[in-house]
Amino acid sequence: MPSLGPDMESARVVEWLVKPGDAVRRGDVIVVVETDKGAIEIEVFEDAVVEALVAPLDTELAVGAVLARLRTKGESEHQASPDTPKAQALPVAPAPAFRPEPPSVSTARLDAGAPRGATDSGHQRASPAARKRAADLGLDLATLHGSGPGGAVLLADLAGLGGVSRGRRAGGFDAAAMRRVIGTAMARAKREIPHYYLGQQISMAAALDWLGRANENRSVEARLLPAALLLRAVGLALTKAPSLNGYYEDGAFRAGEGIHVGWAVALRGGGLVAPAIHDVDKLNIDALMSALRDVVARARRGGLRRSEMVDATVTVTSLGERGADTVQPIIHPPQVAMIGFGRIVERPWAVAGQVQVQPVIGVSLAADHRVSDGHLGSQFLSEIERLLNAPESL
Amino acid sequence: MTTMTYREACKQAIRAALQADPRVFMMGEDIAAYGGCYAVSKGLCAEFGAERIRDTPLSESAFVGAGIGAAMAGMRPIVEIMTVNFSLLALDQIMNNAATIPHMSGGQFAVPLVIRMATGAGRQLAAQHSHSLEGWYAHIPGLRILAPATVEDARHMLAPALADPNPVLLFEHVMLYNVEGDVDEHLEGVDITHARIRRPGNDVTVITYGGSLPRALAAAETLASDGISAEVIDLRVLRPLDMGTVAASVARTHRCVIVDEGWKSGSLAAEVCARLVESVFYELDAPIARVCAAEVPMPYAAHLEQAALPNAERIVAAVRQVVRPA
Repeated sequence: MPSLGPDMESARVVEWLVKPGDAVRRGDVIVVVETDKGAIEIEVFEDAVVEALVAPLDTELAVGAVLARLRTKGESEHQASPDTPKAQALPVAPAPAFRPEPPSVSTARLDAGAPRGATDSGHQRASPAARKRAADLGLDLATLHGSGPGGAVLLADLAGLGGVSRGRRAGGFDAAAMRRVIGTAMARAKREIPHYYLGQQISMAAALDWLGRANENRSVEARLLPAALLLRAVGLALTKAPSLNGYYEDGAFRAGEGIHVGWAVALRGGGLVAPAIHDVDKLNIDALMSALRDVVARARRGGLRRSEMVDATVTVTSLGERGADTVQPIIHPPQVAMIGFGRIVERPWAVAGQVQVQPVIGVSLAADHRVSDGHLGSQFLSEIERLLNAPESL
Repeated sequence: MTTMTYREACKQAIRAALQADPRVFMMGEDIAAYGGCYAVSKGLCAEFGAERIRDTPLSESAFVGAGIGAAMAGMRPIVEIMTVNFSLLALDQIMNNAATIPHMSGGQFAVPLVIRMATGAGRQLAAQHSHSLEGWYAHIPGLRILAPATVEDARHMLAPALADPNPVLLFEHVMLYNVEGDVDEHLEGVDITHARIRRPGNDVTVITYGGSLPRALAAAETLASDGISAEVIDLRVLRPLDMGTVAASVARTHRCVIVDEGWKSGSLAAEVCARLVESVFYELDAPIARVCAAEVPMPYAAHLEQAALPNAERIVAAVRQVVRPA
């Protein structure tokens, strides 16, 4: 069970997307876990063959628990034939001192090499209730991993098997739990991070003009929204302000490897996630727009990937049309900066001694004083302004 | 609602019975002049007279036998035995006469007798005054065995017990006498056939009765803070057992811990356990656990006595082991 953020302690497997025997490639999504932040897709890190699915469905598992066993290239097969269920049994690690009885308790909690529930005589340990439910569901006990004493299959090991499916993923987060997570992270930010705040009003006249022209030749689905321009401007400005992009950990700043912008998405029903859009500085405006659409949609319906949950090096919140004029962001630890955009609204704007009405946006920066100063922050906001005033360069 | 002690509830139950029916009288050792060894009958002799609150010689066999005779002859006797340990002197009367006469007479004789006695440990009364032998009596067909665990049951179980045409034994745990609780004075009585869920829960069923109920409830409270939701069932009636309530609960929670102050071997807990295995085996997700008294004559020394008894800590440990086997 990978950690999907510093606040995560556990999660539940809600769906396997592979089965034993499947070949997987690095980056493939193999399992969906449900965290306080919703259902997250987990990618595999290596090219391998799935040997056994270890984690039971719908059981709270601590970070670090074994989810599945993979055989990477070069590793010898643990079984003669991958076809029979018996052969998919876990490699029985260094002959565990396993006696059929009495149940010496304390055995198999998803440890590597934990003994299966099968005793020497081939009898699969299972509680009577689990045995009955397995029979009702048409499951073969021998194919199941038991978390009980002596590897016994318990009801909990069957939860979610044989029947429950994708249905759970819809709205699959616990609003109260998410609120606690947000509270914990924000309290830590306020406690530990010496924030400084800067704000600036920027005319969006040039940017919106350019956007109008750019959209003339685009299909409805491909149309650009102001958010894409804002995101692109932030990404490019960050290349000149690396001390706003990264993490403050263990008393030192570590620059981010790449500019991965966490984009704050308000969830219907309350709550908030900020999945990362990777390499924002390297994506052109159209790629960025489609990445934005994709990540927002998946954040709302559940289906974010592990990397999206953990990779953000900086966060942007854009309040959108119905938002307030300005926002004073709270940095998401261990990041060191957050950029906020208010709504775009028409305001009197002085141009060459004349007052005009122009669309204006308020941009704000909250940054970590342990890493940067207001001087750099000001330069960063000025760079965003320069870029938005020269939209063709975006 | 009136708040009173369990002791006061027992007394008020007896008073109400004496007032309601002239056939009711009570007899036992030191219950009249002295007011009872646990002071349950204090003041009743002055109120109702020595005819109806009768001191007896120190012979359990004699006065229980007299009670059986009085019941057969149409009276509604309440017999108090100081403690369950002493009741063994009357076991012949209870088992060979009270429990059998209605059966052996083909129903011609009813024995509407109520025997009250104190049971249980915790007051440093040592090995001849402290045992919980109600499980033995629950073995005997023909008897109804009640174990009021709450002040309300102490107040209201006596009336239906007296109304029962067959002998009823009431076991009052000595550690409950000082417990306070609310009683509805106007309640017409409670049923003496069913167990009750005293605290609902989902993860495990804790089955107990009498003096162990407060311990089980305390354990459930501790477990709740640990995220374990324990359902606590008060058996109330030890014979005939209300297995319907118990089995339905275990079928829901799939796990069970039985708490019984008797010795584990051949205990009431053993009986409940066996019946659950017979009836809901396929619902069990963990072995049934029992928390019982240590298998020793009850020690006198306070720390040894406490070490021998079920307590909330041991119940919590047993539940944890059942719910989250380490």
